[in-house]
Amino acid sequence: MQGFGAILGEAVGLILAGDPDLAEIILLSLQVTLSAVVLACVIGLPLGAVAGAFRFPGRSIFIIFLNALMGLPPVVVGLFVYLMLSASGPLGALELLYTPGAMIVAQTILVAPIVAALTRQVVEDLHSEYAEQFASLGIGPVDRVAALLWDARYSLLTVALAGFGRAVAEVGAVIIVGGNINHATRVMTTAIALETSKGNLQLALALGVVLLAIAFVINATVFALRASAARSAFA
Amino acid sequence: MPEPLRKPDHENGGASVTPLLRTHGLTFAVRGRRLVDGVDLAIDGRRRTVLMGANGAGKSLLLRLLHGLLQPSSGEIFWKDRPLDAAARRAQTMVFQRPVLLRRSVRANLRFVLSVRGVANGERSRREDEALERAGLKDLARHPARLLSGGEQQRLAIARALACDPDMLFLDEPTASLDPASTHAIERQIREAHDRGIAILLVTHDAGQARRLGEHAIFMAGGRIVETGSAGDLLDRPRSAAARAWRDGRLHFPGNHDEAETSGARP
Repeated sequence: MQGFGAILGEAVGLILAGDPDLAEIILLSLQVTLSAVVLACVIGLPLGAVAGAFRFPGRSIFIIFLNALMGLPPVVVGLFVYLMLSASGPLGALELLYTPGAMIVAQTILVAPIVAALTRQVVEDLHSEYAEQFASLGIGPVDRVAALLWDARYSLLTVALAGFGRAVAEVGAVIIVGGNINHATRVMTTAIALETSKGNLQLALALGVVLLAIAFVINATVFALRASAARSAFA
Repeated sequence: MPEPLRKPDHENGGASVTPLLRTHGLTFAVRGRRLVDGVDLAIDGRRRTVLMGANGAGKSLLLRLLHGLLQPSSGEIFWKDRPLDAAARRAQTMVFQRPVLLRRSVRANLRFVLSVRGVANGERSRREDEALERAGLKDLARHPARLLSGGEQQRLAIARALACDPDMLFLDEPTASLDPASTHAIERQIREAHDRGIAILLVTHDAGQARRLGEHAIFMAGGRIVETGSAGDLLDRPRSAAARAWRDGRLHFPGNHDEAETSGARP
């Protein structure tokens, strides 16, 4: 068996050579993950902002529920989405099972509670600062939520980043609803699991390196944006 | 509904004036403790009114009650002789001791409030420019609001409040932590606003500021109004023990029977 250094060298070679299979898997991973994060933000940001900015009956239970959903087991979500989208399920007519669409749905379900729960905390802190001024200026609920989300935008980037981290590293749900089909639903995490089991460690490691690099680049970008915003007192 | 209160004749030259803002038995209690206790108040709006008193006297609470930010435990608030409602509250704005500015540019802070108040686009730009000009912040329009100095931030907060075109402006110790130059600039802003017909109710701990700005003064102690009159009279010849102690920089403890000294002090 080759040593780790040799395998890593071959993995880097694959990346540098622009291996088409590797590129296809990376692109699909990014497409699925980013779509899921965007959808999760569309759902989670306003939901979290409402929970953070307003008092309503059942709010505490709602927040506990949101926080609990942050720890949703991916395989359970995968199973749930599978049952919903299977031919005999209520959404079977959509024919989404074993497509990237099903993977996006599963990841959105996993990420939306994370975005909503963290947004609730960020917005609640900001609202405690703004509440009296908003009340004095007679700001209505819709304008209030919009203003809080906009003013918390740099903190919410970190929230979206946490959602991205969960989605991009996820394997349990996407393998159930996507099926890890070559040239169709194979993403980085499912490919790493498969290639490792086949003993194709070069490709598995190359994918791992790319996954780490993507995470690093996105984290660095968000960090730079936040630092720049902090200097302008916008964060 | 109680009879509309009138200003005492000696204060308005004999003419009867319906007050802009009036309270009847206004009380705010927390766990049975009356922090604002049965306040009867009438503010005509023509004179700049200063509200004075020691820490914990209930001044800031009273301001919040008058502005509708807090619900009274009992009593009534009338705006132009009608119960205070949402429409009346839109005719009032408030500036807090610590300015609360959005994490945006100076101009965007003004634009936000004009936009949520439904001011049309063209008119909005004109009012932004006017507010920036009046506050002396035109050169800082694109600057992040939270990077302004303390005095500039408070000037922006006042400019934002005035951009709403209110009938009445409440100010809760707006110069509490500012240097004399910033204080002077803010006092000028307040005077100019009053000259444009905006009623002013200012909470202040600063006797000098009360003399400079106050045309009418109210003194509070223990959640009650214990003395009213002209700012000069109240500071030079205080009738209540609480006001005398405050002026002389002494602590005043309840039980000095202010009531006996101040009976009839209520407006």
